[in-house]
Amino acid sequence: MLGALQTDFSDWLTCESDDAAARFAPDAQAGLAVYQNNYRAALMACLEESFPRTAQWLGAADFHASAARAIDAAPPDSWSLDHYAATFPRSVAGQWPGNAVAGDLATLELALSEAFVGPDAVPMDADALGRIDWDRATLRAVPTARLLTLQTNAPAIWSALVSDADDPMPEPKAQPAIILIWRQEHVACFRSLDPEEAEIVALLIDGVRFAEIWKRLVLAHGEGPGIQTAGQWLGRWIADGLLHQRARG
Amino acid sequence: MPIPTFSGFGLGLRKPHYADFLETDVPVDFVEVISENFMVAGGRPRHILRKVRERHPVALHGVSLSVGSAHGIDADYLVRLRALVDEVEPLFVSDHLSWSRVPGFNSHNLLPLPYTAEALEVVCANLGRAQDALGRTMLIENPSSYLAFAESEMTEWEFLKAVSDRTGCGLLLDVNNIHVSAVNHGFDPAAYVAGLPLDRVRQIHLAGHSQGETLLIDTHDKPVPPPVWALFAHVMDRVGPVAVMIERDDDIPPLGDLLEELEMARTVTSRRLAA
Repeated sequence: MLGALQTDFSDWLTCESDDAAARFAPDAQAGLAVYQNNYRAALMACLEESFPRTAQWLGAADFHASAARAIDAAPPDSWSLDHYAATFPRSVAGQWPGNAVAGDLATLELALSEAFVGPDAVPMDADALGRIDWDRATLRAVPTARLLTLQTNAPAIWSALVSDADDPMPEPKAQPAIILIWRQEHVACFRSLDPEEAEIVALLIDGVRFAEIWKRLVLAHGEGPGIQTAGQWLGRWIADGLLHQRARG
Repeated sequence: MPIPTFSGFGLGLRKPHYADFLETDVPVDFVEVISENFMVAGGRPRHILRKVRERHPVALHGVSLSVGSAHGIDADYLVRLRALVDEVEPLFVSDHLSWSRVPGFNSHNLLPLPYTAEALEVVCANLGRAQDALGRTMLIENPSSYLAFAESEMTEWEFLKAVSDRTGCGLLLDVNNIHVSAVNHGFDPAAYVAGLPLDRVRQIHLAGHSQGETLLIDTHDKPVPPPVWALFAHVMDRVGPVAVMIERDDDIPPLGDLLEELEMARTVTSRRLAA
């Protein structure tokens, strides 16, 4: 009995089902409308807060229309509104096939939000380098690190939207890119990677022996340039807080 | 296990005031946070909570337990809440007398229950499971409601009393919610208060509301209005030591404005004690 009532109430919230509403008293309409308004307002607020640059890019009216369609198409199923936000980038991409930047911006914003609240980890600092046995060391990226493949120059557009500068907005263009996302201290960060570094960072995310990185780079570039590249990358990864303190070796 | 009493005045921790709470000595006796905002793996939210906890006792206030769900409560939710409870060692852990979910759908909304014997069984079973999983007794808050069910077999206060009798839970009394529901459903707020087991009230919320087309709406986006202050004074004549707080969820004003409202709560309380 209670379960059936709650199912009917849920049907009212999601699709204003007349059958569902009929089970409530005729004077319940005003109250039902308040609950439905609260339901949609909570989801809309979640999407607005999670995707501010996507909203800026699309414009308020188009963003709200997109969010409303997403709310209609995919009601939330998790207790966490963070989980609800995770469904939105795919919806945006589907709704705006001629505006690929919009879907990419939403994907980027979601990844940054996830990194923002991802697991904590102590990053490796430069002092740790002297204590590591480099022949045996396994390097691992911090747990918030992940790679995204985007089809447009959305990262440059995101940066321009954030900076709110007078600089001209970059022209949207097809520009496939591999983006590294991670959190440094309390700030979610991203940068573009070339395919070679992206291949190595993908290994770092799972954990890889430094000797394996060194071997690949020497094979690709020769001993001198290979070792130099490995050293440069290692320096940048440490400066960026990308490497986890717990390297083994 | 009975919930210890705590007497003091606090505020809900909201984003616009994070810097105030991290960098200044805010004159509150405790802080309440929305549990779900901090049930994340790590990052700045957890860092802020740890820092605030170093300065103040913290109460965890949830919105997603869905204690009235006929299909039970979410096991993953309880695991995550337990982890937060273990880290924060909160003053209180609370949630609402409402439901939010059915299988495959979560409304993120505090939905009303019919006050029936069946619903009482459901709430008590779910709350018992939650308290077991958390290893502590919870506080349950009276909701604002916009709809009453013909099926109801008892009043909300009778229902709350029965839940508390059967599960041992304490009560978080939201005075604004009593006022909003009393106006919307035409009951006497004094009768509501009189019907509650007031010795089990451990915390009080004060907030404002808005006038909708035909109903009062629990928006928590305005200062506490005179009728809620009057009902608060009525309640404070009848309860023991409690944690009183201003709960503002939207249109968040500068911290100073909320501290002024909190001072008003202190004044009302001290006048009642003096009388």
